[in-house]
Amino acid sequence: MKSFKSKLLFLCVASTISLPVMATKIPSMEEMWKLIQQQQKALEAQKQEISRLKNTSQNNEAKIEATTTALEDSNKSYGKAKEWFNKTTIGGYGELHYNNLENKKEGGSDKDELDLHRFVLFFGHEFNDDLRFFSEFEIEHSISGDGKNGEVEVEQAYVEYDFNDSHSAKAGVFLMPFGIINETHEPPTFYGTERNPVEKNIIPATWWEGGLALNSKFENGLSTDVSLTSGLYLTAGDSFKIRSGRQKVSKAKADSGALAGRVKYTGYTGLELALSGYYQDDYNQNETNSSDSLTAIETHAVYSLNNFTIKALYASWDLDGDDAKDIGADSQTGWYIEPSYKLTDKLGIFARYNEWDNADGNSSDSKYTQTDFGLNYWIDEDVVLKADYQDQDAPDGKDEYDGFNLGVGYQF
Amino acid sequence: MHILMRYLFLIIIIFSSVNAGAKGVYQSNADFLNEVFHNNLPKTQSLWLLNNIKKGAEKILGERPGQLRIRYWGRDQQTAWILEEVGKEKLITVGFLINDNKLQTIKVLAFRESRGWEVKEDFFLEQFFQTQITSELKLDRNIDGISGATLSVRALKKLARLALFYHQQVIEKNTI
Repeated sequence: MKSFKSKLLFLCVASTISLPVMATKIPSMEEMWKLIQQQQKALEAQKQEISRLKNTSQNNEAKIEATTTALEDSNKSYGKAKEWFNKTTIGGYGELHYNNLENKKEGGSDKDELDLHRFVLFFGHEFNDDLRFFSEFEIEHSISGDGKNGEVEVEQAYVEYDFNDSHSAKAGVFLMPFGIINETHEPPTFYGTERNPVEKNIIPATWWEGGLALNSKFENGLSTDVSLTSGLYLTAGDSFKIRSGRQKVSKAKADSGALAGRVKYTGYTGLELALSGYYQDDYNQNETNSSDSLTAIETHAVYSLNNFTIKALYASWDLDGDDAKDIGADSQTGWYIEPSYKLTDKLGIFARYNEWDNADGNSSDSKYTQTDFGLNYWIDEDVVLKADYQDQDAPDGKDEYDGFNLGVGYQF
Repeated sequence: MHILMRYLFLIIIIFSSVNAGAKGVYQSNADFLNEVFHNNLPKTQSLWLLNNIKKGAEKILGERPGQLRIRYWGRDQQTAWILEEVGKEKLITVGFLINDNKLQTIKVLAFRESRGWEVKEDFFLEQFFQTQITSELKLDRNIDGISGATLSVRALKKLARLALFYHQQVIEKNTI
């Protein structure tokens, strides 16, 4: 019974579905021909449309090409019109420091200061491919003038000429080829809020002179510098301290000039080795009866492997003359070693041990030591925040600063 | 002092007499392309710096690229690029050949900076051989720097990333 009902239901459904099919009339040959002709027409129209679109697309491409070329050319001609502007460069760097240092000397005053230590602008101009001018203009400690803490200084102002790819010469005021920091001292390039005390007191960074210099570069990574410049002027009143002998090319006494040179090797990835020398025939600049010579050597090594970098520097001065010898200033030396590690692209940590002595020629207690550790955080490749702690050990009766430093620095 | 001055001027005169041709240009763009494609140069093509490509380039360079398009030369899985970036003050021109998403050849074609010249030497450039780009648009290996040439090294690393990124875009779009 159930099977009969199912069959009946199937027949009803099947007949319902097939009704429209049976109702559709098969077209005649004439109708088919008409249909084909209509489709043919439609295809032709589509073909024409595609061809038209293709032409439009090609035209558009040509127009884009022409527009872009015109835009690029107009940029070029704009650049030509502004050639002078394009050949003139402006850059700079600066650093703001906060020092919170306790003076361990009995009765000595602490240092709790906020200081715009350096604000520097670079100006350069390229006269042609081979001849250029470069200058560095600096304001230290924010305000200069009578009774103010700061100074306005022109640390570099020279004209440089390239003889060819390997040899160039410069004339004017330039940084001496001595040490690591003296020539490259933009804040994002070194660790520590303040520059290291060895290069400050012994090199003495920043150290510039006026004169002539030659630079040669060789394909094996070797380069040499030779300079003939104004010299230092060391006096008994300043205990013959090298740093105090900088004349800063400001009406500098030129009775005794200096010959300096450096050999540097950077022919192996991550490695820099350098040896510098300095000779001056009379550091008194003919102001005293004696003519006392001055010689110095400096050597340093920098090696970076992956995120690890180690720097080490040694510098030593040798002064002739009895006056300098009497107070031990005939020998002034210093060295430091600084390992550092970049934890990330932005964060690096360092430690540094420094030793220096501006009266190393006798047995009196005159040696300073300082241990630093801290971190740099680069907000951008060219902007850095710094924090470090310093632990100083000074000779008896001298200021001895322990504490922390914070800083922000930039370059552009 | 006067004797020293004389020696220095003598050295300057000797240097002046040496003429090593155009300063700072080590190979012309055309010579580089002919070298890497063995004198069978493919036709010049353009990669348009549209939305995502521009964003990627901006991430690498740290600023929006000024160009509307970058020219390249490609065949099979190889593309060649000639790109420029400022080191400290001046443009450094670098030629790249990329094969199968790996850096095959890198050559400094023109270096106009007064410092950081070591980046054109083989001891530095050979570190880039077979380098690839990660999904973060960084190089897949560490490139050791050169002391005193930080900005030039930085420029070359950026350009290597850019060339690899552009190559990737061309391969994805199958427009070689």
